[in-house]
Amino acid sequence: MTNRPALLGGMLLAVLGSLCPFLWFVLTSFKSQIQVEAIPPTWWPDGSLAFYTSALVEHRLFHYVRNSVVVAGATTIIVLAVATPAAYALARLRLPGKAWILGGLLCVAMFPPIVMAGPVWQILERLGGLNTHWGLVLPYVSLSLPLAVWILTVFFQELPFELEEAARIDGCTTWQTLSKVLLPLATPGLFTAAILTFIYAWNEFFFALLILTNPDQQTLPVGIALFQGEFTMPWGEIAAASVVATLPLIIVVLLFQRGIINGLSAGAVKG
Amino acid sequence: MSPARGTTGWGMVLPALAFVAFFSLYPAIDSFLLSLYSEFPGPEPAFIGFGNYAELVQDPVAHQAFIVTLGFVLLSTTLELVLGTGLALVIHERFMGRGVVRAAVLIPWAIPTVVASQMWRFLLNDQYGAVNAILFGDRVDAYVPWLADPWMAFGAIVLADVWKTSSFAGLLILAGLQVIPDETYDAARIDGATAWQRFWHITFPLLKPALLTALLFRTIDAFRVFDLVFVMTQGGPGDATQVIQFYGYKTLFTEGRVGYGTTISVTVFVATAMLSLFYIRTAGSKLLQREPA
Repeated sequence: MTNRPALLGGMLLAVLGSLCPFLWFVLTSFKSQIQVEAIPPTWWPDGSLAFYTSALVEHRLFHYVRNSVVVAGATTIIVLAVATPAAYALARLRLPGKAWILGGLLCVAMFPPIVMAGPVWQILERLGGLNTHWGLVLPYVSLSLPLAVWILTVFFQELPFELEEAARIDGCTTWQTLSKVLLPLATPGLFTAAILTFIYAWNEFFFALLILTNPDQQTLPVGIALFQGEFTMPWGEIAAASVVATLPLIIVVLLFQRGIINGLSAGAVKG
Repeated sequence: MSPARGTTGWGMVLPALAFVAFFSLYPAIDSFLLSLYSEFPGPEPAFIGFGNYAELVQDPVAHQAFIVTLGFVLLSTTLELVLGTGLALVIHERFMGRGVVRAAVLIPWAIPTVVASQMWRFLLNDQYGAVNAILFGDRVDAYVPWLADPWMAFGAIVLADVWKTSSFAGLLILAGLQVIPDETYDAARIDGATAWQRFWHITFPLLKPALLTALLFRTIDAFRVFDLVFVMTQGGPGDATQVIQFYGYKTLFTEGRVGYGTTISVTVFVATAMLSLFYIRTAGSKLLQREPA
């Protein structure tokens, strides 16, 4: 496109359209109760931190954050531990039917969550996993594995084959080849898979709502969705909690924008 | 390759397969089996074959939910593909600060859907919302209770979905743009083709596989819309925004009707699978025919 004004206009529109709605929520979180309930609304906040204090003290925001960190962290670690060897085998070893395995994983990734919801709930009830963090981590791992395996498989396929031959000649076992030779080179791929898994687990709402009915275990999305005030909607506290829930993701996106874009298109286009 | 390596290979894949088999595949199959039973009349579920499916065909609430879902899928995916193409064209260009623009565009995608839903619910609030303030300013009596009107509420969940996921569609389309070599445009430029002509006659045809991928992914995802509806409207007003996954959730977990709830969920599953196959077959074969030309 040599058309600079059009590009500039499009760019401005894209950035403003993406950011402005959320900026309004950020501004809201720094307002006072009187400002939030002003009709017509006021634009600029007092810079009050009252809603953050209230969200932390009265709505146990920190406790939801901690639950989300535990669940999303554990999911990410398990997914990486399970997906990495699987992706390596699917990309580099001679396995009969591996195209079927990859295709099958892609199909499973497309299952609507509700078709698994009832039986997953029943399994967890039998195992005593309802209202526990591990009970939520198990389905999360299963649901985010297909994408992670795809991203890592694509990544391993692009590494040169000579590396493994050299390792094999040196007498490395398959596991050693993976851990000592390929893994260090695959760090960007691991990073991308980890980030996408973490974002998924951090944001997931449907299963969290079903499995965690006790507020003590609930994650941030469930907390934010069920935020209730005594008389009116606590919009200021909801906005403050939303900013807290979103801030880590914004930082991740700013830092790893390139890896995320490559990872998402690897999962989709090469599939 | 020695047999020992083959065993190691399977050992490496097995844990992943076990997870997926136990927590995704088995539950999906079990849902189908459960859908063949009824909670009525006795204390023990009774096998009724496809009785629940017969009930579903007659259920006016389910009909409505399917129509709302289809409308939502069609409208939101169309808008997302159009906006996503625009976004992709912008962030594909080289310019100063492109990384920042790309990150900004990605932020709606990264925001938790629950947060985006609360945000739009507040933006559209009848008294304190920014949308009313922008449209009507001080004319408070003109403020519209957007989420209280069936059509507006439906428009609101579409708007929120489009805002949140256009950038994802844009990324998939961007991947398609990146594989078109720059030289493709040179001849057209020499012939004096306008930017619009170059887009329509060169970019768009080459972009079709990426557009199809984006359409497929967005359709499958739009079919399972739940968070937006749960937070913004709870399916209301009336049943105006009751999408099928929300109806299934209520039947399964609020009413506790396992047999009928799983019937709804299996139907959603079959509908998604059929639509995906339809896309892949029709569009996929057209793409293959195009190849030699």
